[in-house]
Amino acid sequence: MVTEDGARADPQPTTGDTMPSTTIPDPVRRDGHATDPVLLEPPFVSTDVRPLSDDAVPASSVAPVIRLDDVSFYYGSFMAVKGVSINVPTNQITALIGPSGCGKSTLLRTINRMNDLIPDTRVEGTVRFHDEDLYASYVDPVEVRRRIGMVFQKANPFPKSIYENVAFGPRLTGYKGSMDELVESSLRRAALWEEVKDKLRQSGMSLSGGQQQRLCIARAIATQPEVILMDEPCSALDPRATLQIEELMAQLKENYTIIIVTHNMQQAARASDRTVFMNMADDRAGYVVEQDQTVTIFTNPSNQMTEDYVSGRFG
Amino acid sequence: MSAGQAVTAGAVDRSLQGKRVDVVGYVFAGILLISLLFTLAILAVLVGDQLQRGLPVLIERGVDFLTSPLSSNPERAGVAQGIIGTALLAALVSLLAFPVGILTAVYLEEYAPANALTRFIDVNIRNLAGVPSVVYGLLGLAMFVALFQITGFGNGRNILSGGLTLAVLILPLVIITSAEAIRAVPSAIREAGYGIGASRWQVVRTLILPSASPGILTGTVLALSRALGETAPLILAGAVLGSFSTGGGIADLFGGPYTALPIIVFDWARKPQEEFRALTSAAILVLLAVTIMANAIAIYLRNRYDRRW
Repeated sequence: MVTEDGARADPQPTTGDTMPSTTIPDPVRRDGHATDPVLLEPPFVSTDVRPLSDDAVPASSVAPVIRLDDVSFYYGSFMAVKGVSINVPTNQITALIGPSGCGKSTLLRTINRMNDLIPDTRVEGTVRFHDEDLYASYVDPVEVRRRIGMVFQKANPFPKSIYENVAFGPRLTGYKGSMDELVESSLRRAALWEEVKDKLRQSGMSLSGGQQQRLCIARAIATQPEVILMDEPCSALDPRATLQIEELMAQLKENYTIIIVTHNMQQAARASDRTVFMNMADDRAGYVVEQDQTVTIFTNPSNQMTEDYVSGRFG
Repeated sequence: MSAGQAVTAGAVDRSLQGKRVDVVGYVFAGILLISLLFTLAILAVLVGDQLQRGLPVLIERGVDFLTSPLSSNPERAGVAQGIIGTALLAALVSLLAFPVGILTAVYLEEYAPANALTRFIDVNIRNLAGVPSVVYGLLGLAMFVALFQITGFGNGRNILSGGLTLAVLILPLVIITSAEAIRAVPSAIREAGYGIGASRWQVVRTLILPSASPGILTGTVLALSRALGETAPLILAGAVLGSFSTGGGIADLFGGPYTALPIIVFDWARKPQEEFRALTSAAILVLLAVTIMANAIAIYLRNRYDRRW
């Protein structure tokens, strides 16, 4: 079971072929590239180190876009995350897995400084984006969040039209190009365009759960980030919508680096290139037990705890 | 086998049936209903009573009652000055209390650090909302009337003093209701905004205030309705009890003597002549109509804003 799932890190799961939705992405992606000059070249992708094939190249040879070095996180005096060091390779999907309460989401939110919004919290260690320390005094967290987008556990479209949802981020930054084109290309990249192109003026809230989550992805893409953080994006979705999001992630990683927190180990096995397994220490602080290529974590983990967790014996 | 199934089915059936009448539940529902009917009955009696007394006057005098100035002659007395005064007070209160109150609420909810001082301020704003209105009247007399007197703006007993007093009176209410409306905005909206790289100002302006505006509008207009019905603070802050003539002109409107509908009601209710009983009720009906109109405008605005999403 686990081996099969692990081997299916391939972006196109075999079961997906029977689904009508799988026919959408390919033309969508081509059109997206063809119609939108702005997004033809994502702004910050370092093409010189792109892997020849996502599965063939070990992570060590891929330049990390995010580097966490001995990161600890405190809520008041409570240490929620302890000494985490992770390299997140460019244009790959990195999954954070682990039992509830082990600090996965907290760790994810330190990467785009969302935790700054919670009073009385503190980060130790360094979080680097390329070579920039994200917590340096001169860094503007607002700017960080524009470069490192986020998709939340519960789809949270704004109570505005579909169009305005996508245009929201670019408007903030005073986007100069054609907004219509940007909205279309973002929706195409989020594999939502075909479903909503005739009702862009309808409320984003009127969409189904899976569509809402893809709308949130489109909204995140529209600000042209380099990295997209996903905090259990499928936990409220049915299997079909989950599969659509996973297929979408497989496409998105060509242009973006994705870090996803998930409770669903099959999802981590299916959709990610690298997996970071976290657990809770006795003092309830989360730490990284093991991180490796996803296939290795799920088929040949070096830590007994990892093996117990991925085989469903705890957590 | 089939007998066994029948037994099981019977057991399921019995377990699904209510074993007894839920007496407590019915009693509780009854109490709830009675409370509602009691409230409605009081309202109906009050409004019905006033309609019975005042409606004949309104029908008989018609527009004349609304456009005539105050007079000691019940045949000629009207509420025109009261309507103008109340309308001006409403405008002044809206201009003064709404912006200050809403901005204070935004600060308390979105900007202020969550510390002991903020909580202290929050609690005391709630306390202020409970201060009797006559105390605000004294404040208005001591501060605003005196201020306009010193600055030579007439004798200080003008509508600006009254408006300022009423604005201060409802400020705590406006702050509390606005803060609650802002707090009711789902945190998912905030997170989404911040997550996409919006600054705090952008989140407040483009997401929080629009989402909270229906609630803020409802709260502020309820506060305004309360202000329009207040009598005691206005008496202290210099509203005229009795007749006066208005010269017209802007300076006279803001610097001269003023009155308001509740003041007229109060004044007429004390008059010995029997004819003023009906006039009092008629004035009450006019005041009710003005308040309902203010509420209707708020509901209209709220619905219009809701549709914009």
